[in-house]
Amino acid sequence: MDDLYRELIIDRYKNPQFRGELDPHNFTFEDDNPYCGDHIRVDVRVDDNDVVIEAAYSGEGCSISQASADLLIEFIHGKTLDEVKALTKDDLLELLGIDLGPVRLKCALLSLKVLKAGAYGLGKDEVSDDLVE
Amino acid sequence: MAITDYSIAAFDIQKIWADFPILSREVHPGVPLIYLDSTATSQKPLQVIAAMDEFYRRSNANIHRGIHALAEESTAAYESARERIAAFIGAATPREVIFTRNTTESINLVTQSWGRANLNPGDVVILTEMEHHSNLVPWQMLAQERSLRLEFIPVTGDGLLDLDEYARLLTLDPKMVAFTHMSNVLGTINPATEIIRMAHEIGALTLVDGAQSVPHLPVDVQALDADFVAFSAHKMLGPSGIGILYGRKALLEAMPPFLGGGDMIKRVELRSFQSNALPYKFEAGTPAIAEAIGFGSAVDYLADLGMEAVEQHERQIITYALERLEEIPGVKVFGPAAEHRGGVASFTLPEAHAHDISQILDADGIAVRAGHHCAMPLHTKFGIPATARASFYIYNTLEEVDRLVDGIYKVKQLFA
Ligand SMILES: Cc1ncc(COP(=O)(O)O)c(C=O)c1O
Repeated sequence: MDDLYRELIIDRYKNPQFRGELDPHNFTFEDDNPYCGDHIRVDVRVDDNDVVIEAAYSGEGCSISQASADLLIEFIHGKTLDEVKALTKDDLLELLGIDLGPVRLKCALLSLKVLKAGAYGLGKDEVSDDLVE
Repeated sequence: MAITDYSIAAFDIQKIWADFPILSREVHPGVPLIYLDSTATSQKPLQVIAAMDEFYRRSNANIHRGIHALAEESTAAYESARERIAAFIGAATPREVIFTRNTTESINLVTQSWGRANLNPGDVVILTEMEHHSNLVPWQMLAQERSLRLEFIPVTGDGLLDLDEYARLLTLDPKMVAFTHMSNVLGTINPATEIIRMAHEIGALTLVDGAQSVPHLPVDVQALDADFVAFSAHKMLGPSGIGILYGRKALLEAMPPFLGGGDMIKRVELRSFQSNALPYKFEAGTPAIAEAIGFGSAVDYLADLGMEAVEQHERQIITYALERLEEIPGVKVFGPAAEHRGGVASFTLPEAHAHDISQILDADGIAVRAGHHCAMPLHTKFGIPATARASFYIYNTLEEVDRLVDGIYKVKQLFA
């Protein structure tokens, strides 16, 4: 548990750095985790070369879902859209630096799923867990 | 964990703990289990495990048609379980007691068989705002198919059903009132006898979701005058994979079969069949035989304790738990006062999400559930995405409540 609630996660949960909404944005996407009601929205702005210049997230949920969103949004600043599309579950877990059981994994991966669905320009009913395999 | 708590007199808790070996395991090195998730599923006593084990060791055979010794033993054990379950709920005859997979399947049996045969476009079905998805979605599916109108008895701020509004809804001339006897989120024990009496006065039938009440309260289906009652073995000391639909004989006899196949027929020709008599008409295919036998042993165990004693034990724990939880700054417990509820306490903390509460408690071996507990509309109504839920059963103690409270203080500290 101490591991799961490492300082980084509690700190990002209590003092998020990338919370908010961006208007205008190049894409936005939002989705829920039906098991627990976690909700995440991401807004992303890119430049002419498709490099992320600004991004933010909003929503509600447990510390793992919100802190992972905060860390993920920080990470994609300066990345290209192609790099964002190529992000994997392992990339996100590396950012979090913890091992998660199957239930909490869903919390952690929600932000990545939402981000990638937005980057690919998917519709609301095209989102699937395949995005974060 | 060592049990030092003898303050609850309803029954001998030491003896009960000896029957549930899982309660003495460690969930993390050096951390004993405190199991507060019986509303999701209960633990199983040795007697139930032994009954199923014995069946596979000695008697295993398919039931009903064999003429050899094992087939006869298996059939007798399966039917004896049905008889003891029927007696446990006060059914007039075991033929009114149908084995299903669980509460959910029992309710789907009613919507698909009784509902399709009896409900027509525009017909009204009354449910409540505190239903588990399993007594909501099957009716929504039928409502879509048959253009039914669903109406809901509202839940008041303190977690009770609004019976005045119910009386008003009854003027819509509903054909069915389907409601939970005890909420798995709020713990509310609904006044089932009164709800059923009012429904019958205007000629509506009733379905009682007994998934939480049959395990925790004395339930007599004839005293309730219920038309259908659904419940699951796994929440009342029995195995998973088996449940019951109780239905009044005249109703069940008039209903078309649910699933088709072996066992549910009397006679089959290439293009037609004749249904079997009750209860077999609704038991297509080889049933969960060992599980039925385990279920029989589970009701024996509860009957030995006495359901009044079970209820009294849980009432004492929940009374104490509410007192202790409410003393923690910021904790909000949903649902009514202890006198109207069973052993369920769903709560939130302002600083931490239910997932985080549950995860941190787990480090101390405390198993509580986090989420919407299959009652999303109820959580929406109270404006919360999720709650943490502690629930209690025959094996829980006041001391475990104290450990829970200590754990919640730890959560507060971590998220302070
Ligand atoms: C009130 C209520 N109804 C129905 C169910 C569904 O039971 P099962 O999953 O055994 O079908 C539950 C169990 O979670 C419940 O608490």
